[in-house]
Amino acid sequence: MVNPDADSGLDEHGESPFPDAHRPDRTYDLPAHGVRIAVHEWGSADAPALMMMHGGFDFARTFDGFAPKLAVAGWRVVSWDQRGHGNSAHAPLYSWDGDMRDTLAVFDYVAGGRPIPVVGHSKGGALMTQLADAQPHRFRCLVNMDGIPYKRNIPDLAEHERTTMLAKDLAGWLDHRGRTATASRKPGTLDELAHRRGRMNPRLPHEWLRRLVTTGGFRSDDGWRWKIDPALRFGGFGPWRPEWMLMRLPGLPMPFLGILGAEMEEMGWGTPPHKVLPYMPIDGRCEVLDGVGHFVHIEQPDLVSRLVLDFVGAPA
Amino acid sequence: MTEAVILRHNKIDLALHILRAESLDAVVPSRPLLLLHGLGDRSPDSVPHWVAAWPGPIAALDFTGHGDSTVPAGGGYSPEMLMADVDHALTHLTDGNPDRSITVLGRGLGAYVALQIAGARAGQIHGAILTDGPGLAGGPTGPTSQSVFALDTDGSSPDPYALVELGRDLRPGDYAVSFVGLANAGAPVATPIAVASSFRPQWLAAVAEAPGVIESSLADALATYE
Repeated sequence: MVNPDADSGLDEHGESPFPDAHRPDRTYDLPAHGVRIAVHEWGSADAPALMMMHGGFDFARTFDGFAPKLAVAGWRVVSWDQRGHGNSAHAPLYSWDGDMRDTLAVFDYVAGGRPIPVVGHSKGGALMTQLADAQPHRFRCLVNMDGIPYKRNIPDLAEHERTTMLAKDLAGWLDHRGRTATASRKPGTLDELAHRRGRMNPRLPHEWLRRLVTTGGFRSDDGWRWKIDPALRFGGFGPWRPEWMLMRLPGLPMPFLGILGAEMEEMGWGTPPHKVLPYMPIDGRCEVLDGVGHFVHIEQPDLVSRLVLDFVGAPA
Repeated sequence: MTEAVILRHNKIDLALHILRAESLDAVVPSRPLLLLHGLGDRSPDSVPHWVAAWPGPIAALDFTGHGDSTVPAGGGYSPEMLMADVDHALTHLTDGNPDRSITVLGRGLGAYVALQIAGARAGQIHGAILTDGPGLAGGPTGPTSQSVFALDTDGSSPDPYALVELGRDLRPGDYAVSFVGLANAGAPVATPIAVASSFRPQWLAAVAEAPGVIESSLADALATYE
């Protein structure tokens, strides 16, 4: 049974408040080739568009604090929940290709073929980097916030132990797939879910994590649950190698700004800045923020928004 | 007509066709043979002549987006997800008993998936036979310039997204060989993988050269893994 007192302090929208965090000015659903994608916008509908993509296991409302800082500068900030995340539909299948296709549907709707500024965080930054390489005509410039993957080595592990680890990974993933037809996210109180999320985001304040629960979760009879599709699982395996993303960076023809948090976290790529800097594009640069973790825009919203606004220039 | 069992994999209904049921005279269950079709194909309607000598039950699975299985909206295919399709068939064919095993025969794309399940569920795959069929080559072996696309679909099978996405998936040789290592380490037989194809794309050539993999005719491989 849920303790109603645990939900105290929510605002008129049933959301946990946080300083300078604002709901989107507009939300709507977009049909993306059979998958319903939830779009969120901050700022005037008539302002020039700036696209903003969240990371894996996040959702667009994680920009509640950051996006308004760009909107007040005159941008129409457009973000969307990736399939299976936030308010978007739980899809039968998930893949990088699928996410790219959904992204193009949003681009087409918002900007047609016009080049616009794009900001991506974590997986969103990596995905946008690949899209910028595949379709550069859509990008006026690109900001990648701690989303430059790099090979993460596990040292001191013998080959036969690696095989054992992969076998367990595979069996665990298949066992998970065997349960997805009936699986649901584990319920809990608002604070319990915030604490759980805090284990992966140890640098973020509890009040922010509470807001995440009330914007990325829903309340049912037995407690709060995250909206994200239970079929999705953190981590994974496959033929793709994170370091392959680096090969796309040097050739990007649009202005590029990378923002890396120097503090390593579980949800980050663990990318050492010195490994990335040699791959900057001709019109690119990278800012490394000491003492900041993977969620650079949440930990340092004022600093990062200033960096981004200075980089993208005035709305036009 | 053959009987089809519907297996639920997340939001997908998978059609598992029972081409030959277990003999009513069987005292103990005999080892099933599972057939995996190629890209864009579907399961056969009856026991193909090239596996007729198999002594036990024979089943064939329609992958997601193929045959009588669900065609999902919006694409997002990967061979790994088809491996999870096969895992559902494996559970059904072994009655959920982890001590029972099957032999799997894959054509084309199905061969690549057969290799994966042989590594991932090594203790339950007595043998995996990899042979020619549609989609055997797959996509590149490393990063390439990439197109992003959307297709018109009407829900009919095979799903056009499956045809494109599973026809260009990354198949590095060392990734394929990692499944050989897992199969060799965990399988109940010494040589759990047999390559019976004439065509050898890079990933399959790497597999064929890996320790513990046998090259064989289809008939000999079936006899080996009864």
